[in-house]
Amino acid sequence: MSEPIGIEIKNLFKIFGARGRDFIDAINRGMTKQELNDQHRHVLGLRDINISIPAGEIQVVMGLSGSGKSTLIRHINRLIDPTAGEILIEGTDVVKMSPETLRAFRMRKTAMVFQKFGLLPHRTVIENVGYGLEIQGVDAAARNKTAMRWIERVGLLGFETKYPAQLSGGMQQRVGLARALANDAPILLMDEAYSALDPLIRYDMQTVLLDLQREVRKTIVFITHDLDEALRIGDRIALLRDGSVIQQGTGQDIVLNPADDYVANFVQHVDRGKVLRVGSVMEPLNGASLPEAVVRSDLSLAEALRDMMTRGIQNLGVHDPNGTPVGQLSMQRAIAVSAGA
Amino acid sequence: MTWFNKFPQLDDGFLRDLKKVIDDGFRSFTRNYGDAIESIFEPLRHFLVWSENLLTNTPWPIILIVIAAIAWFASRSIKIVLASIITLCLIGAFGMWDDTMKTISMILTSTLLAIAVGLPIGILMSRSDRVQAFVNPILDVMQTMPSFVYLIPVVMLLGIGKVPGLIAVVIYAIPPMIRLTNLGIRQVDGEVLEAADAFGSSKWQRLVKAELPLALPTIMAGINQTIMMALAMVVIASMIGVQGLGQPVLKAISNQYFTLGLFNGLAIVGIAILFDRISQAWGQRLQKHRGGGHV
Repeated sequence: MSEPIGIEIKNLFKIFGARGRDFIDAINRGMTKQELNDQHRHVLGLRDINISIPAGEIQVVMGLSGSGKSTLIRHINRLIDPTAGEILIEGTDVVKMSPETLRAFRMRKTAMVFQKFGLLPHRTVIENVGYGLEIQGVDAAARNKTAMRWIERVGLLGFETKYPAQLSGGMQQRVGLARALANDAPILLMDEAYSALDPLIRYDMQTVLLDLQREVRKTIVFITHDLDEALRIGDRIALLRDGSVIQQGTGQDIVLNPADDYVANFVQHVDRGKVLRVGSVMEPLNGASLPEAVVRSDLSLAEALRDMMTRGIQNLGVHDPNGTPVGQLSMQRAIAVSAGA
Repeated sequence: MTWFNKFPQLDDGFLRDLKKVIDDGFRSFTRNYGDAIESIFEPLRHFLVWSENLLTNTPWPIILIVIAAIAWFASRSIKIVLASIITLCLIGAFGMWDDTMKTISMILTSTLLAIAVGLPIGILMSRSDRVQAFVNPILDVMQTMPSFVYLIPVVMLLGIGKVPGLIAVVIYAIPPMIRLTNLGIRQVDGEVLEAADAFGSSKWQRLVKAELPLALPTIMAGINQTIMMALAMVVIASMIGVQGLGQPVLKAISNQYFTLGLFNGLAIVGIAILFDRISQAWGQRLQKHRGGGHV
């Protein structure tokens, strides 16, 4: 299994149009997307993106349509060339790679899952899953063996000789996921991978991804417009609006401390009790003795509340997953935070 | 007011000279390079002669079996197989077997040539809007220019015979092959191509593993059109010495033999329908994976 590697995105700009490069200074001086479009007929895709993605974590990039999130993920394997900026992976700038190096990089280091699956309709499931390996020059026997392993892992055993058109959307995306995983690339790029699926299947596929991630530990960049999805699977979230990052941090950060009204508006409908963890809302012990009943810091607020209710107590002690006491949570505080105070 | 009633045309003498200069130029080009150009097409002539001999010298039952087998493997439809056999038997019974074989040989050769030339041109066109803008008007000319007009230079260069006939047929029949290859590749789903790129496909791998297979149904429609147009050209090509079903028709026209013309015309229709059904059924079978039916 490949070791996870981090991704460093630095000062990335994308301006669509023939003379994009000429307008970077103007954008830096504060020209808006609207002005650029009205005055110069160029479209601002990304403005000064800086994201540092640690190895082995799930980075969610979230935004509404037109925010530039799909453009951003396509820069990581350079399906789109940036106007300016750097993307450093293992110390190499993807932007400066020669076509041959880039091809090798795509082959070995990245794999991608697409919103509309991007499967080859004339190939069976097993041939689709083995596509990346086929491109790498792996012989048929070896690639079918690997493909079968992943087909089984995503729950499609028995469907390997079917064509994509014979499968439902959820199953097709399992094929897409298996194809990406069969490559064993350390970086997994998921472009709105679950947006085309209905809610139940989507939840299911999120579970599949989280389970897999515990096993294979990849650096995953996950694009979505769904906040619940972002909060559920993202170790870290970057919020994109009009091509700029307006806030980045953990899901807890974003829900508890929204950077501006736009983000606040975005997160106001979130079920805070379910999303927030005890660890992010607890109060320090301040020398007080730890209450008798203790819970783990990664328990959700709603579960902690339920716990207090059933036990009929007002205070919970909190310890981290290693068992070290780290704080306490009063029922009053828990209710206040759940209610959005 | 003469300029108002009669279109002011260029001076008669000038026009005469212009035509003369162009004609003389082309004639001397023909004298100087005709042989060289003819030798370029020599392999083509060999292939034509070979395929014609093959089809006319093979005993008819074998041909019948081979065509029935091709019809079966392409369509898997017993109806199409039976229709093919009956059509060919009728053609044979009415004394047109040999001419039909010559025509089929011509059609097969010109279709193969049209695919061999048209496919790469179509691919190039799909790659670049500039190439498309350049090739499209040429295809328009090829499709609308009366075929007699380009028969003249072809005959001047290569004389009368199979090869000039073949070239005339290909010029007429190749545009749909090129156009539909171009269209088919341009219509391929962008996300599938992105996926091919994202896994590190080279340009060639992307072409043969994604673009061409996905464009294949459209390309097959182009091949089908090419075959049909090649058949339509058979009579005209017979004017410059192409043998086959066209020649009796030509004879019928000049001598007013109505029945002779009708029989041979119907034979052309017969093999046209046969080729059409077989190639279409094959095209459809290639798309069986698109078939629905969720499991």
